[in-house]
Amino acid sequence: MSLRAGVQLRRGTLDLSVDIEVRPGEVLALLGPNGAGKSTLLRCLAGLAAVDAGRITIDSKALDDPALAAFVEPEDRSVGFVFQNYVLFEHMTVVENVAFGLRAGGTPKAQALAIAHDWLKRVGLAELAAARPNALSGGQAQRVALVRALATSPRLLLLDEPLAALDVGTRAQVRRDLHRHLESFEGMAIVVTHDPVDAYALADRVAILDAGRIVQIGTLAEVTARPRSRYVADLVGVNLVSGDVSEGVLATSSGARVVIADAPAGPSLAIIRPHSISLVRDHPEGSSARNVWPGTVVEIDRLGARARVSIEGKLPLTAEITVAALESMQLRSGDDLYATVKATDIEVYPA
Amino acid sequence: MRTKRLFLVSFVAILVPLVASCGAASGGEAAGSGDIVVFAASSLTDAFTDLAAAFNVVNPDAKVTFNFSGSSELVTQISQGAPADVFVSADDTNMKKLAAAGEVAGDPVAIAKNTFQIIVENGNPQGITGLADLAKPGLVVVLCAETVPCGQGAAKILKNSNVTMTPKSLEDRVKGVVAKVTAGEADAGIVFATDVQAAGDKAVGVEIPTDVNVVTNYPMAVTKEAPNAALAQVFIDFVSASQGQAILAKYGFLAP
Amino acid sequence: MIWRRRPKRRAGVPVWVTALAAVAVLFFALPVIGLLWRAPWSHAWAYLTEDSALTALRLSMVCSLWATLLSIIFGVPLAWLLARVQFVGRSAVRALCMMSMVLPPVVGGVALFFALGRRGIVGQYLDRWFDLRLPFTTAGVVIAQTFVAMPFLVVTVEAALRQLDTSFEDAARTLGASRWYTFRRVTLPAIGPALAAGSALAWARALGEFGATITFAGNFPGTTQTMPLAVYLALETNPEQAIVLALVMIAISFAVLVALRDRWFIRAGSESTRVQR
Repeated sequence: MSLRAGVQLRRGTLDLSVDIEVRPGEVLALLGPNGAGKSTLLRCLAGLAAVDAGRITIDSKALDDPALAAFVEPEDRSVGFVFQNYVLFEHMTVVENVAFGLRAGGTPKAQALAIAHDWLKRVGLAELAAARPNALSGGQAQRVALVRALATSPRLLLLDEPLAALDVGTRAQVRRDLHRHLESFEGMAIVVTHDPVDAYALADRVAILDAGRIVQIGTLAEVTARPRSRYVADLVGVNLVSGDVSEGVLATSSGARVVIADAPAGPSLAIIRPHSISLVRDHPEGSSARNVWPGTVVEIDRLGARARVSIEGKLPLTAEITVAALESMQLRSGDDLYATVKATDIEVYPA
Repeated sequence: MRTKRLFLVSFVAILVPLVASCGAASGGEAAGSGDIVVFAASSLTDAFTDLAAAFNVVNPDAKVTFNFSGSSELVTQISQGAPADVFVSADDTNMKKLAAAGEVAGDPVAIAKNTFQIIVENGNPQGITGLADLAKPGLVVVLCAETVPCGQGAAKILKNSNVTMTPKSLEDRVKGVVAKVTAGEADAGIVFATDVQAAGDKAVGVEIPTDVNVVTNYPMAVTKEAPNAALAQVFIDFVSASQGQAILAKYGFLAP
Repeated sequence: MIWRRRPKRRAGVPVWVTALAAVAVLFFALPVIGLLWRAPWSHAWAYLTEDSALTALRLSMVCSLWATLLSIIFGVPLAWLLARVQFVGRSAVRALCMMSMVLPPVVGGVALFFALGRRGIVGQYLDRWFDLRLPFTTAGVVIAQTFVAMPFLVVTVEAALRQLDTSFEDAARTLGASRWYTFRRVTLPAIGPALAAGSALAWARALGEFGATITFAGNFPGTTQTMPLAVYLALETNPEQAIVLALVMIAISFAVLVALRDRWFIRAGSESTRVQR
């Protein structure tokens, strides 16, 4: 009982060939650059495009299988789609938008509107039921688009860059809400994003798509800690540290303290980019770096001219240094050292 | 329809100087020279085109340009200041109308007569032999509207012969009747004998007895505002003389 | 919001734009003023209430509305096909369907003979098998009017469909709406203003149709004599009545076009004003 998709498709310069599986209750994040085929893959799953070869099944039911000449139309797929720009119907009120799917499915008008009202109440938009979509803020529109898709009780929910159109201020709040809704969603979900923070907050697993191929798939911890290619490393190979911020310090549950430049107090997520970490053998004196963490080298991965050094300690980290630096320091697994980072190099997001 | 008239007027306006520049070749002869514009009833189209060619042989320095249209439309155009030297009407009524508007110089000259025939498709597939057949049920008959000379004539003929029938259409011009019969959409119509002849092998005429038939006059006159009244008169004289009459007869017109 | 801001911008309109636009307005207004100036006002009512005038007016209304309806029924799917479906020879098909816009209407009427007349490609079978003859019938008038009017609707609606973001239709499909439900509830409302404008254009063109009508359908009071034909024939015998009839046509189309514009464009503008605040 899951989504299985083998998708092969050629469109212009795109040569898409992907195999994925998503289990019920699971959220898969799909990361990749523009033109990698993320949106095309979603369109295939939704039935808005047909695959050239392959097979898409939900709960063992074939939705698209050229070999069997089977193709289920989008309206019969039980797939919800939240578009990047939300595409709310401008000529309908908010509640009519949410009721649209139920109405299209034959639910009587009064009943559909009642259900739609319930959904709006759940996302705190009950008082905007009679408003027109162009009266909504970005965050409100995003929530309406989400409940409009959820109102049809889809087995598979597809979200195309659900947070990309939002400004930084509303993003964290909407991300938190979205996380809550996805958690309670019993079906399968796929979120397309280019932001590792979104993936961290929303997804159980991530798949990295590049030029039509999945180059790595796994839990976020696996992928960020051990990117299998230079490309994945650049895209998501970051240190994600979660904890509570108070008075300019983020404290982790393991007891590590991360000094940060400035961020509002409360539960937060910090990103420490591996290339902003310096490694030194001895405790530095008189350095401008506010963070100095002791640790032990557990693994060294060479990726071309650079090396990723995994360090265990109160704050597990991955640092990225040049191979030349690695050799001049003569680092080996098991070596003790200090990792230092300037507070201004750390990005902090409210979680 | 306003645009159509505009188009015609502007067409003539463009054509006149164009033709004038082409015709100003060699030195003048005694008979007549220069350009004239003749506004003539559309039933004269073929005959007058032929006439102009013959006229040009005699008067090589003269250039005749035509504007063929329904007589009443021509009257409207001339009244609105269209540059005409000569007006030829397919009936007396329209000539009188133009004269009443003070646009005619001198007395009109009768140049031809015309009479009516029943026009049917070539081979006469419906076997029409006379006016009485036009009332046959199921037969598609088209006539001219009574606002134009051929319609007035047709109405009078039907009245004279005590035939009552309902036409399918009342065309705004005689060529509309001819076109519908030759296209096979109408079975019969009443048009001028000259129109039947002009339709060539696409149509044939069924004679209408002279005691019920109507004869129309073709009066011709120089207009009041004629830019070249002298040549206009030369042209009218040519049409009235034996050579002009012979050409008109060739196209089925009767002598005046 | 956008709408309210417009008066401010008016100050910046270059003088030459205003001048040329004014010439254009005058160019259209003067002929109408000319008709009003020459209209025989004392007899106007008498001319207007003549049976022949009322018959022609009624026929014109009935035929032009039918032509508009047919244009919508067949033109909207055609526009959709041209806008949304890639197929070989699409440009050629589009050009073919626009042909009657440039064809002299009289030629169009003759062409209709060859197609639907009783000797026409299709018409001969209509005649033989169904005893159906279109020339010289009111249906013939509707066909002639539809022939010249439909392209105006197709052009307008196709442009609107091309501009419409297909995501809206995609979203509707994923929400469980069939193609037809999507078209009815999403596409149609979105292109509503364009459809209204296209219909108005098609209707106006049908109302003024002369050449194709008189050629294909003929001219007979009560069955095929529409207002333009009546006006044209009156012009030869009774120009005063022709002017009155022409003014009636102008008044009717003026009223409809103004009303439609208010309904679709101004109202849509004020609505977004209100909501955006």
